[in-house]
Amino acid sequence: MRFQTIEALVDLATRHEMSLAEVMIAQEMEVTGKSREEIIRRMDEQLTVMERAAGRGVRPETRSQSGLTGGDGAKLLRYIAQGSHLAGEDILRAVALAMGTNEENAAMGLICATPTAGAAGVVPGVLFAHAPRLQATREQMIQFLFTAGAFGYCVANNAFISGAQGGCQAEVGSATGMAAAALVEMAGGTPRQSAHAFAIALKNLLGLICDPVAGLVEVPCVKRNAMGAALATVAADMALAGIESRIPPDEVVQAMYEVGRRLPVAFRETALGGLAATPTGKRLHDLLRAKEGLESYDRS
Amino acid sequence: MAEPKYRSVFDIIGPVMIGPSSSHTAGAVRIGKLARALHGMEVERAEVTFYGSFKETYRGHGTDTAITAGILNMEPHDERVRDALQLAREQGVAVEFLESAQEADHPNTARVRLMSDTHMSELVGISIGGGKVEIVEIQGFPVHLSGDVPTVIIRHIDRHGMIARVAQVLADYAINIATMHVSRKAKGEQALMTIEVDEMPPDEALKAIHTFDGILGAHLLYLP
Repeated sequence: MRFQTIEALVDLATRHEMSLAEVMIAQEMEVTGKSREEIIRRMDEQLTVMERAAGRGVRPETRSQSGLTGGDGAKLLRYIAQGSHLAGEDILRAVALAMGTNEENAAMGLICATPTAGAAGVVPGVLFAHAPRLQATREQMIQFLFTAGAFGYCVANNAFISGAQGGCQAEVGSATGMAAAALVEMAGGTPRQSAHAFAIALKNLLGLICDPVAGLVEVPCVKRNAMGAALATVAADMALAGIESRIPPDEVVQAMYEVGRRLPVAFRETALGGLAATPTGKRLHDLLRAKEGLESYDRS
Repeated sequence: MAEPKYRSVFDIIGPVMIGPSSSHTAGAVRIGKLARALHGMEVERAEVTFYGSFKETYRGHGTDTAITAGILNMEPHDERVRDALQLAREQGVAVEFLESAQEADHPNTARVRLMSDTHMSELVGISIGGGKVEIVEIQGFPVHLSGDVPTVIIRHIDRHGMIARVAQVLADYAINIATMHVSRKAKGEQALMTIEVDEMPPDEALKAIHTFDGILGAHLLYLP
């Protein structure tokens, strides 16, 4: 059972009346020669790493070394607890947990890349926020990660998943599509609906540049993970409502690839353009470099 | 169907790693670790050259720390990755970082040169995203390796019978060759064999290869 495109993935699941997660597991067994139990156990471990990272990341005291990020996930959770929020509780929790995970990443904590470290907040944020109300078992949470992985696999092999190659659309864009598709499956949608959710999500992040202030995976990465989680949730709801993407998911991936290839290098993780090149972005860069200089002077 | 760049679901949901960047941190650890495997001995001095996005952002992402961690033989999820520069100093490993303005084919490119006593080894690695890497050059020879499959790297003098001898040792240890590439600088000069194998060759097999006259080095590159 092998697939390299989303169309082939959905086709396999539909024809064999399997979940997308099961198709991914079957391919993994075939490619690696490992047993089903071994593969599921490893995904269980990845899930545990994500739980710990999100938990540590939403502590109010979480701070990166630069001091640019940390504590925002905690702020949002506190705000939700006050009960006067505008958006729904689950979507805001997804945002908070996505930010927390990414804040933990920026603090050089132990995380699981999904599909990259810079975009590591979106998938676990969406998973942990919606699992309780969907009454998902641990087994279903593990399946969520296989489904997310199946979509990411198609993106990685047909386009790219690194900001240096394709901009943020390749990182947070891919993660958002992966999370949307997996959420649809966890909520009981069809494989075809998952594919539409993926396409709707990624379409809305096409062209997103990678412009990290001072070259750090912090600003604007943490807040892009936040909005990725929100967007994934809405895209899943739209697909579950029967809304379809006019452009098929594989063509959206192709479009993302084309856009990424034509992005100037300043917008591909070089910290030379976008928010990194704003007056404040440059000032923060200079400030942090001066601080680094002092620290290396201290060390020598 | 061509073999995909990303083979496993754990290339996508993974790696488990110390943040903040899969390509600039986890991938960099892997490049450093593959360089260490190629070197095959304790490192005294290291010279790392960054190109492209690596050059612009290596401080912010801790790419320098990460690649040093790899040179010290750590894994991307090792909690000591954060302190690798300090650990290198304590272990007496001198690491120097250079920035090259030269255009590289890939934005995340690093050249790692490791030295101890009279031994020098050098590779060029690219970090393609999500912690995956490709080695594109070894000792000046163009190669194309990921470290995902066990690969025997043999540096040798270009002379007749070398390939046959190496193949015989692998056969003796019941190791099947998946792919094999040989290239040389010029007739009778330095050459490089890269052999992807289906089974893990034991240390004795590599040692047996190393005893042949004209073999300059035999090492296993494998980071599953």
